[in-house]
Amino acid sequence: MTTTTLTHDEAHHHEAPQGWRRWLFSTNHKDIGTLYLLFALIMLFLGGASAMLIRMELFQPGIQLIDPDLYNNLVTNHALIMIFGGVMPAAAGLANWMIPMMIGAPDMALPRMNNLSFWVLPAAATMLILSFVIPFFPGGGTQINTGWTIYPPLSLQVGMSMDFLIFAIHLLGISSVLASINIIVTLLNMRAPGMTLLKMPMFCWTWLVTAFLLILVIPVLAGGVTMLLFDRHFGTSFFDAAGGGDPVLFQHLFWFFGHPEVYILLLPSIGVLSHVIPTFARKPLFGYKSMVGAMLAVATIGMVVWAHHQYTVGMSLGAVTYFMIGTILISIPVGLMVFNFIATMWRGAMTFETPMLFAVSIVLMFTFGGLSGVMLAVVPADMQYHDSMFVVAHFHYVLMPGAVFGLFAGVFYWLPKWTGHMYDEKLGKIFFWTNVISFNITFFPQHFLGLAGMPRRIVDYNVMFTEFNVISSIGAMVFGLSHLLLLYIVIKTIRGGKKAENRPWEGAKGLEWELESPPAFHTWTTAPQIK
Amino acid sequence: MSVKEHSGNYFIPDPSPWPIIGMVSLLTTLIGAALAINGVAIGQVVIVAGLLLFFYLLFGWFRDVIKENLSDCYNKQVDTSFRMGMLWFIASEVFFFLSFFGALFYIRNIALPWLGGEGYLGATSEVLYSGFESAWPSHGPRELGGDFQPMGPWGIPAINTLILLSSGVTVTWAHWGLKIDNQKQLVRGLIATIALGLLFVSLQAYEYGHAYAELNLTLETGVYGSTFYMLTGFHGFHVTMGAVMLMAILGRSMKSHFSAHNHFAFEGVAWYWHFVDVVWLGLFVFVYWL
Amino acid sequence: MIQPEAKPTKPHGSPNLKHSLNGALLITLPLLTGEAMAEYGLNFPEPAAGVAREIYDIHMLTMTIATVLLIIVFAFVFYSLYFHRKSRGYPADQDFHNSWFGNWSWVIVPVLVLGVDLTIAGKADAVLKSVWDVPKEKNIMDVKVTGHQWWWEFDYLDHGIKVESRFMPREQSGDLYLREVDNRLVLPTGTKIRFLHTSADVLHAFWVPELAVKKDAIPGYVTETWAELTREGVFRGQCAEICGTWHSRMPIVVESVSPERFAAWTGEQQAIKVAAAAEASTDKTWSMDELLSKGKALYETKCAACHQVNGMGLPPAFPALNGSAITNGPIADHLHIVLNGKPDTAMQPWGSLNDLEIAAIVTYERNTWDNKTGDVVQPVAVKQAR
Ligand code: HEA
Ligand code: HEA
Ligand code: HEC
Ligand code: CUA
Ligand SMILES: [Cu+2]
Repeated sequence: MTTTTLTHDEAHHHEAPQGWRRWLFSTNHKDIGTLYLLFALIMLFLGGASAMLIRMELFQPGIQLIDPDLYNNLVTNHALIMIFGGVMPAAAGLANWMIPMMIGAPDMALPRMNNLSFWVLPAAATMLILSFVIPFFPGGGTQINTGWTIYPPLSLQVGMSMDFLIFAIHLLGISSVLASINIIVTLLNMRAPGMTLLKMPMFCWTWLVTAFLLILVIPVLAGGVTMLLFDRHFGTSFFDAAGGGDPVLFQHLFWFFGHPEVYILLLPSIGVLSHVIPTFARKPLFGYKSMVGAMLAVATIGMVVWAHHQYTVGMSLGAVTYFMIGTILISIPVGLMVFNFIATMWRGAMTFETPMLFAVSIVLMFTFGGLSGVMLAVVPADMQYHDSMFVVAHFHYVLMPGAVFGLFAGVFYWLPKWTGHMYDEKLGKIFFWTNVISFNITFFPQHFLGLAGMPRRIVDYNVMFTEFNVISSIGAMVFGLSHLLLLYIVIKTIRGGKKAENRPWEGAKGLEWELESPPAFHTWTTAPQIK
Repeated sequence: MSVKEHSGNYFIPDPSPWPIIGMVSLLTTLIGAALAINGVAIGQVVIVAGLLLFFYLLFGWFRDVIKENLSDCYNKQVDTSFRMGMLWFIASEVFFFLSFFGALFYIRNIALPWLGGEGYLGATSEVLYSGFESAWPSHGPRELGGDFQPMGPWGIPAINTLILLSSGVTVTWAHWGLKIDNQKQLVRGLIATIALGLLFVSLQAYEYGHAYAELNLTLETGVYGSTFYMLTGFHGFHVTMGAVMLMAILGRSMKSHFSAHNHFAFEGVAWYWHFVDVVWLGLFVFVYWL
Repeated sequence: MIQPEAKPTKPHGSPNLKHSLNGALLITLPLLTGEAMAEYGLNFPEPAAGVAREIYDIHMLTMTIATVLLIIVFAFVFYSLYFHRKSRGYPADQDFHNSWFGNWSWVIVPVLVLGVDLTIAGKADAVLKSVWDVPKEKNIMDVKVTGHQWWWEFDYLDHGIKVESRFMPREQSGDLYLREVDNRLVLPTGTKIRFLHTSADVLHAFWVPELAVKKDAIPGYVTETWAELTREGVFRGQCAEICGTWHSRMPIVVESVSPERFAAWTGEQQAIKVAAAAEASTDKTWSMDELLSKGKALYETKCAACHQVNGMGLPPAFPALNGSAITNGPIADHLHIVLNGKPDTAMQPWGSLNDLEIAAIVTYERNTWDNKTGDVVQPVAVKQAR
C-alpha cells in the first residue's frame, strides 16, 4: 500500500522495488514501458500465429485445415490482435520509455494512471482471446466470422462471442484513452525548462499528435460498438432499416475511427525514423518544422476522409467526390515526410546499421504502399479494387513497413540504451534481410490476385488463383520464422553482449543519450536546462 | 511555472496495487455482463462481484490521492497535470456523445430521406416499401414497436433544462465561496447542486415511466426510440456519476479539505458538471425540440 | 466512350507513349503492356462494358503515375545510398537543410505533389460522373439483384422472370469450382441495364470485374449501378463483401448474349414460370412420393447449404434438422419457421416459394433421415399457415 508520509527529496531516489511488486504495481515509466513492449511482443506472436494459419489454409485451393467460420474468426482475431495488441502497445511502450528521457522529465505526468493504462490491456486481451475460443465450448454460440470491421447485420447474427469482442474493444479504448491523456499531459507539462514545443524531439511530436487522434476517435468507436450491443440485445434499431436505421451508419462510425487509426499506427514509427535517419546520416533532420506541419496536416485531413473505405455502399456523387479528393490530398503531407527523409539522407555520411537498414527499407516500401493507397482512393478504380486482395496487399505494405518495421527500427536503435548491451549486429543484418525479402514475397503477389478478381476474406478459391497464393504462403512462412530470430536477438542482448556506451551511435543527438546505458531507475530527477 | 519548482520534487507515487485491482474488477464486470446479456445465470453474480471490487478500488485509490494531497505531496506542476488530465478526459467524453449525436444526425438527414424515396438511394422506397414517407419522429418503414407518441419538449424536459442550468449556477456559486474561503457558502452551494441533480434524475426517471406506460415510446420504437433512449440514457448516467462525485466533494468540503488555492478535485468535478450541462442543452435542442 | 478492343496478344513495346510507360513501369515485368498482363492474370481482365473501359483506363493511368513516382523515389534513394556513404568518405553536408532549397522545399514539394494529385483527381472526376449517374432513360432494363446467404436472386423486373443462382459443387464444376453457378445471369449486349441491389439478410457485394461496377447489397436499402455490355461472352465474379460462413461460395456468372438470343431466352423462362404456377395452383391432393421427390430436389438446392444434405447441419451455426424438435413436432411450428424464418439469424423467410414447394420441402424434412413422422403436408395446409 502506498505510504503517504514520505519525504519528497530522497524517497524516490531509492533503488528499484524488488520482486513481483516491482512489475505488478509499477509507477515507473521504464518498467511500464518494458511491460508494454513485452506484451506487444507476445501479441505479435499470437497474431502472427493466426496469420500463419490463414496463409497455410490459402496455400492451396480447397478447404484443408480450417472450416470457413474458423477461418474468418482467425482473420478477425489476427487483425485485432496485431493492431490493438501488437502495434499500438509497442508504440506506447516506446513512448513510455523514451518520452520522459527525451524531454528531461523524471517520469510520466500521471504515473499511477500509466500503470492502469497498461494493465487494462491484458484484461482486453483476455476478452479478445475469450471471444475467439468461447464458441469451442458447448453452448458458446457461433464464431465471429465478420472480419475486424464487425459490420452489422452479420455481426448481429454472431453468438455471444461478439459481446466479448465488443467489451474487449471498450477495454482497449479505455486503455488507449488513458495512455493518451497521460502522454499529452506529460508532453505539455513536463518538458525540461527551455525546451519549447518547437525544440521537442520529433518522436515526442509524433506521439503528441497520435494521442490527440486517439482521444478524438476512440470514443466514437466505443459509441459505435455500444449501439451494436444494444441492437443485438435490447431491441434498438440503429442499424436496421425496418426501424428506420441504416447498416451503413455503423460503417461511418467504424471508419471515423478506423481511418485516423491507420495514422495512429503510422505516426509513432515516423517519429522513430526521424531519429534513426539523422543519426546514421550524421546530419540533422531535414525540415523539422515542415515535418511537424505535415504531421498536423495528416491528422487533420485524416479525420475527415473516412468514407473512402465505403465507396461501394451507395453514397451520392457529391459525397464520393469529396472523400476522393480529400483522400488523395493526404499524399501532400505524407509525400513531404517522405521527401524530408530522403533529403536527410541526401549528402549525409551514411552507415548502415540494422536500424538504418530498416529505415531505408521503410522509406522505399512505405512509399510503395502509400502509392497503392492513392490508387485505392480513386473512386471509379476502387469500384474494382475494393474488398479484393489488392486492398490486403496495400494495407500490409503500409502496416508492416509503415508501422511494424518502424517499431523494429526503434527497438534496435534504443536497445543498447535500454539494456546496456549492444545487440549482435551480424544477426541484426541477417534478420533484416530475411525479413524484408520474405515480406515482399508474401505481399507483392497479392496485388495481382486482387486485380485478377480474388476477393478478400475467402477461405477457398478457384484454381486460377493458385500460383500467387502459393508464392505468398511460402513467403509468409519464411517471414514468420524470421521473427524467431528477432526474439533470439532481443533475449541475447538483454542477457549480455558488448557493453554499450552512453552514446552508442556516433551521430545520435538528444537528451536520452546523455544518460548512462542502461539508465538508472529514476532519471532526470533534476531537470536539465535546455538552451 | 518557475524553474525551481520543476521536476526536482515532482511527486512520483510509490508502487500501487490499485491499477491491477482496477484491471481485475473491469475484467470481472465485463465478463459478467457478457454472460448476463446472453442469459447465463451466473453472469449477474459476477457483475456484482466485479462492481463491488470496482467501488473498493475507487474508494481506495481516491483515499490515497486525498492523503497524498493532504500531506502536501503535490506541487503546482502536479496540480497542472491533474487539471490537464481532467480536461482531456472530458474531451474524450465529448466525442463519445458526438458519436450518438452523429448517429441521430445521419439517420434524420440521410438515412430516413433515402428510405422515404428522396436522394441518391431513392429507389429504395419504390422497390422495397412502396409509399413509405419519412418524417421525424419515425419508427421506420416497418413501424417497429407499434404506434407511439413522441416526447414533447415543453413539459418535463423544459423544467429539467431549467433545473440543470440552475445547478450550473449553484456550483459556480459554491466555487466563489471556496475562492474566498467561505466554507458555508461552499457547502450550501454543493448541497443545492446535488439536490438539483437528483431532482433532475428523478424527473427523468418519471418521464421514462410515462413514456413507457402512456406514450408507448420504448427502446424498441424504431430509431426514434433508439436514439431517444440512448442519448438521454447515457446523459442520465453521466448526471448520476456527476452527482456521486459531487457528494464525495461535499464530504471533503465539510472536512475542510480544500483551500482557496488548492482544490483541483473540486474544480475537476465542477468542470464535469458543466460538461453534463452542455450536453443536456444539445439534447434538449436536437432530441426534444427540433 | 468505348475504345476499340485491344488484341490481347499485342506485341511488346508499342510505340505510343502510354504503353511504353506502362512497359517501363512494372519493375517486375518490365516489357509487358497492360493488355498482355491481363493475359497472365496480372491485371484486370479485358473490360466488357462501357464504363468498365473507362475505369480500366483510370486504373492504368494511376498505376502508371504511381510507378513513375516510385521509380523517382527509388532513384534518389539509391543514388544517395551509393554516393553519400561514410565508407566512401563522403562528408556530411551539415548545412543542407539551411540552403535555399532547404528553406523552400516545404513549398515546392507540396505544389508538385498537388499538381499530380489534381491530375489524378481531375481525370477520375470525369469518369466518376458517368459511372455514378445511372442514365435516366425510359427503356433502361431493370434487374433487381438480391443477395442471400449464400446465393443470388436476379429479378428481371421488365420481363417478370426470376433467376436463382447458386454455386455448383466441385464434382459438377471442375476447374470452374467457385466460379460457376447453376443458373447464370443472362444479359443482352448493347442495352443499358440498371442493377438494383438489395439484400435479404446481411451485406453482400456484386462484383464482376469485366463489368467493373462493384456495389454493396444492403438489407432494407436499394443501391443502383448500371452497365452496357459491349461484347458477348461469359464473365465471372464473386461476392465481395463478407457475408458469413459461405462467403466464398457466392459466384456470379454473367452470360452476355445478343439481344435476339436474350429475347428467346426470356420467352423460354416465362413459359417455364407459367407451367410451374399452373402446377402449384391445381387443387390436386399430392401423394407422399410425389412430394418427397420434389421436396428432396428443392431441399438439396435451397436448404442444404446450411442444414446439409444429410440433415445434420453445422452446429452451432446451423442446427440439424435430423431429429430436431421442430421437424418432428407440430406441423404448424415447422411451417411457421420455414415461412417466416427467424430474425437475426441466417434462417431467412422462405415465404416467396409457392405452396407446393413449401409443402414438398416440409414433407420431405419430416420423412427423411431419421425423421419418420409420416405426415403428408398438402399445399392447402401451407396456404392456411401463411
Ligand atoms: C498504417 C496504415 C495505413 C496507412 C499509412 C494508409 C495510408 C493510406 N491509405 Fe490505406 N488502408 C489501411 C492502412 C493504411 N493506409 C488499412 C488497414 C486498410 C484496410 C482496412 C480494411 O478494410 O480492413 C486501408 C484501406 C485503404 C482504402 C480502402 C480500400 C478499400 O477497401 O476499397 C483506401 C482508399 O482510399 C486507402 C487509401 C490510403 C491512402 C490514400 C493513404 C495515404 O496516407 C498514403 C500516402 C502516401 C503516399 C502517397 C506515398 C508517399 C508520397 C509521395 C512519394 C509523394 C507523391 C505522391 C503522389 C503525387 C500521389 N487505404
Ligand atoms: C498491424 C497489423 C497487421 C500485421 C502486422 C499483419 C501481419 C500479417 N498478416 Fe495481416 N491483416 C491485418 C493486419 C495485420 N497483418 C488486417 C487489419 C487484416 C484485415 C482483417 C480483415 O479482413 O478483417 C489482415 C488480413 C490478412 C490477410 C487476409 C485474410 C483474408 O482477407 O482472407 C492475410 C492473408 O495473407 C494476412 C497475412 C498476414 C501475414 C502473413 C502477416 C505477417 O506479417 C505476420 C508475421 C509475424 C509472425 C508470423 C509472428 C512471429 C513469428 C511466429 C509466431 C513464429 C511462428 C512462425 C511460424 C509457425 C512460421 N493478413
Ligand atoms: C443461410 C442458412 C440457412 C438456409 C439456406 C436455411 N436455413 Fe433453416 N435454419 C438456419 C439457421 C441459422 C437456423 C437456426 C435458427 C435459430 O437460431 O433458431 C435454422 C433453423 C431451421 C429450422 C428449425 C430447426 C430447429 O430445430 O430449430 C427449420 C425447420 C429450418 N431451418 C428449415 C429450413 C428449410 C426448410 C430451409 C430451405 C427451404 C432452410 N431451413 C434453409 C439457417 C438456414
Ligand atoms: Cu455474399 Cu459474401
Ligand atoms: Cu483509410
